[in-house]
Formats: sequence, structure tokens, C-alpha cells
Amino acid sequence: MTNSGRNRLIDRAFSVWGVVSTFIGIALLLMFIGIILYDGLGRINWAFFTSLPSRFPEKAGIYTSMVGTLWIVVLTLILSLPLGISAAIYLEEYAKKGRFSNILEINISNLAGVPSIIYGLLGLQIFSRTMGLGGNLLAGAFTLALLVLPIIIVATREAIRAVPGSIKDASYALGATKWQTIWLQVLPGASGGIMTGVILALSRAVGEAAPLIVVGALAYVPFVPASPMDQYSVLPIQIFNWISRPQAGFSTNAAAGILILLAITLAMNLVAVYYRSRYQRKSN
Amino acid sequence: MKIKYLLILAVATMLMASCNSKSDHKTGDLSGSIAIDGSSTVYPVTEAVAEEFRAEFPDVKITIGISGTGGGFKKFARGETDISNASRPIREEEIQLCKDNGISYIGLEVAYDGMAVVVNPRNTWLTEITVADLKKIWEPSAQDKIKRWNQIRPEWPDEEIHLFGPGTASGTYDYFTEAIVGKSGSSRGDFTASEDDNVLVQGIKNDKYALGFFGLAYYEENHESLKLVAVNSGSGPVLPSKETVLSGEYKPLSRSIYIYVNEKAVSRPEVVGFVDFYLSNVKALAGEVGYIPLQDSTYESVKQRFADFVKLHGAQDGQK
Repeated sequence: MTNSGRNRLIDRAFSVWGVVSTFIGIALLLMFIGIILYDGLGRINWAFFTSLPSRFPEKAGIYTSMVGTLWIVVLTLILSLPLGISAAIYLEEYAKKGRFSNILEINISNLAGVPSIIYGLLGLQIFSRTMGLGGNLLAGAFTLALLVLPIIIVATREAIRAVPGSIKDASYALGATKWQTIWLQVLPGASGGIMTGVILALSRAVGEAAPLIVVGALAYVPFVPASPMDQYSVLPIQIFNWISRPQAGFSTNAAAGILILLAITLAMNLVAVYYRSRYQRKSN
Repeated sequence: MKIKYLLILAVATMLMASCNSKSDHKTGDLSGSIAIDGSSTVYPVTEAVAEEFRAEFPDVKITIGISGTGGGFKKFARGETDISNASRPIREEEIQLCKDNGISYIGLEVAYDGMAVVVNPRNTWLTEITVADLKKIWEPSAQDKIKRWNQIRPEWPDEEIHLFGPGTASGTYDYFTEAIVGKSGSSRGDFTASEDDNVLVQGIKNDKYALGFFGLAYYEENHESLKLVAVNSGSGPVLPSKETVLSGEYKPLSRSIYIYVNEKAVSRPEVVGFVDFYLSNVKALAGEVGYIPLQDSTYESVKQRFADFVKLHGAQDGQK
């Protein structure tokens, strides 16, 4: 075989390998979703959303854990959004480039990869014990806010960097101060990217169980939290609890719970996709 | 975006409001809240009791966590919980921790939990096993040495043995190692461990050369795809069942499960009410969730012990 013939063959083989690699991931995901749908779809009805935890799988529902998840997401957002965006603005616009900011940068990127249980242990010591929050919603939200903060900071910085320098220059040329430029030009221009990052970070927080168990999220909470100082459960803990029970009915419940959780994260991701595409259209 | 958060909050508040209207009829005379945490093995029993208790006393807010027996005792020793679920008796260091923090308590037996030794249904050679053989398989020195069935008994097949057991953080693992190996928490490390017993069930179901152990309830829910092994502790092989666990014939793999009640909590009528309710109803409820109730006489003596404890530490000096 000629040299060029062999090269063409290798080329062909690699493209086939690429297609196979792509489809293995998708096929496994589809299989997983298919199995979950098959197991859980029939279980989802209105009562599933409005029922309290129960020892009878067919009477049990996700009411309190779903409301707990909503509480946690909203509180985490309120805590992490201003902090994350402010930190990113500082790092991108104010901090002097040097060794200190380099170290800071590396550490923030590394924090984004720390296992979530570590944040749970940190939260247990700082928020639950030292600050005396115990096991309430606020302790959980603080912990998750720490968890998503690095992701928000990194995403916000990238979004800010993507704002064309010419816009900033024009703003300065018109006599705007640095603050006015950031507030009126940079942030609106970066908002699509920031929103995408924030929503993706929150959809990670929605699925967390391990750090919340450590900081006091519970499995049986037969009432919905009325304030951030209340006890709570969240969907992932409810699912984890159901899936480890011996009775088959509970694994059906777990599948149904997974579907709801999937739907929530999917909805959040769709919002993120929407913002990203709107942002891209605007900047074109 | 802001409008969206407001919407979420509004929906959440609406959901909350719709819940409040539920708890109207049959209001009992107790209120307050009870914090419970601890073993995930005991959780289904306590959950069942709490569910029934709520039907009678909807104003008592009971919460139950699943931090594990050890994690639960840590919180209990700090005074963070009123009741701790435990799948083994409290340990020396945990007793010391309670003492250091000035926490007194009473431990109450609530039910039995049998542990099942199981193999695959296609396993034809194993219908009973001695405690000595189990020890030979599971002790720490078996690691990397006992790897084939015929190393335990020459008449068993010359095939690799695949072991399945609960994770080392679980009370079930602690108990099994204590009963079989002789020292709690000491076993070989090269087995498939999972905190989720259903994973063990799946593993053994699909593997002819598997052997594993877990809570009896998991065997009963999957009895058509698993084979139960009788355990011989010297007086003949015994299969675990409600009867053999109750009579004490099935040993050493049956244990009691407990709740521990904080002394200070006993001055609150809702806690006393709940524990009384627990001890009076657990007999029926434990069976429903796959556990084995104690003998009637044992429940009577546990109730008596709790009544004495309440008399000693109860409300008379803590009245408001």
C-alpha cells in the first residue's frame, strides 16, 4: 500500500473512532433516561408532589423535600450572586496583575474542583458550629454558596473579559468614571455570560446531597420550612434515602424523584441556553 | 431574572400555605419539636412511628436525619438532638463524650434486626455455613489469601469467591465483624462494599460465586433471586426468620436496634409522649418495615425502665 493510502485509512479509522466515542456517551445517557422514565414515569401524579414522607412507598411524596430544594436554591443564589460577581469585577478590573493576583486566580480555579463533601465539612465547622446556625436552611445555603462561588467567579470573569475593549475605551472617552463604565457598559454586556455561569453553578447545587447531609439536612421532615432558620430536606437526600430501602416500591419512588430532579436541572439549563443565545444575538 | 425569583418564592409560599390548612382535624394536646438523628438502619422504624404519631399529634414537629449511628451519637453528645437512632449500643468513647458535655441519657431497645448471609441461587454447594468458616473468609488475614471457594472447604468448587458487604461506616458492618471476626470494624478489605444494600443484592443476584451479608429485610424483598444460607454457631444450622431471631436460636447474626433519649429532653411532654407512643406501637410498625419486634415481656420492661427514667428526670423540677 502506498504511503498516502495508509494515511487515508488512518484518517478514516480515526473519524469512525470519533463518531463511536461521541455516541457511546449519548447512548449511555439515553439508556439511563429511558430506564428511569420506564421505572418512574408511571409514579408521577399530583399526590406525589403534595405528599409527606411515609413508610408506604405509594403514599410517600416529595412535597417537603422539593420545597426544601427551592428554598436552598433561592437562598444560595441570594448569597452567592453578589459576592461572586463583585469578586470577579475586582479581579478583572481592579486587581493589579502580579504574583498575588496570580496566586488568587490559581486558587479560585482549584477551588472549583474540590469535592463537595469537603465544603460540607468546612460548612459544618464554620456555619453550623462556630456561627451557631446548627442544621438549618441558612447553614446549608451558606455551604452551597461556598461550593458554587468559584464557578460563578470563573464564569463571570470570562464573561467580563469577552466584553470588547473598544466599548470600554469609548465609555472612558465620553468621560465616564471607572464605576460608571463597569456598571453601565461592562456588566450589561457580560450579563448573558454571567447568567449562564450562575445557572449552571446552581444546577450543580441542586443535585448535591453529600455536603448538605453533613451540615444537617434531614431525611424525614413532615413540614415545609417557613423561614431560613428551619430544618429541611432536599430532593437528592430523599432520592438517596428511597433508593437504599429494601422495598421495591421505594425504588420506583426514587426513579420518579430522579425524573423531577432531572426536569428541574434541565429547565435551569434551558434558561441558561436561552440567555446565552440571546446574548450572542445581541453582540453580533 | 428578578421576577423569576419572586415567582419561585410566591409558588413556594403558596405551597406552604396549602400545607397549613391540612393540619386541622384531630389536634392532640402536644406541641413543640423533636430532633432525631442517627442510624439509617433504624430510620425506617422511627419514620413509621413518627408518621403514625403525626396523625394523632400534628402539632409536634418531628425531624429525622440519617447521619449514621456514629454521626448521630456525635450530635447527641453535643446536645443537638433529643433522640438518637442506633443500630448498636453506645460505645465507650461516645459515653465519655456525653459525660464530658454533661449529657445523660437512657438507651431503649426497640426491635431486632437479623442479618442474612446470602449466595446466588445457582450456588449448589452452600446451604449452611459455620461461624468458623465465615471467620476464615472475612478475617483480616484472609486478604489476598482466601480467594477461592475450595480454600475454605476442599469439597467446594475451585472457583474464585466474590465477597459483598456493607460499607465500613455502617453499623451493620461493625456488628458483623464483631460477631464473626471478634473485633468490631476488623475485616479483610478486598470485598465489594456499598452503603446501599440494594447494590449488594444486585451483585449477588448476578454472580454464581458470590457470598455476602446484609439486613434480613433486603433478603425478604428479593427472596426469589437470592439464596439464604443457614448459619451454624455450634448447635446446628439455623435459617434467619422472625421465629429464630426472636427465640435467640439464630446467632450470632441478630442484633437489637435502639433509640437513645437525652435526659434533658425528657422534661418536655412531647418527647415523653413520643417515646411512650414509640414503645407502645413499635411492635406492629417494626414488622411492617421489615424488622422483628421484641418479645412482649421485653417491651414491658423497656417501658418500665423509661417510666422510671422519666420519674427521675422528668417534668416535676423543670415546670414552666
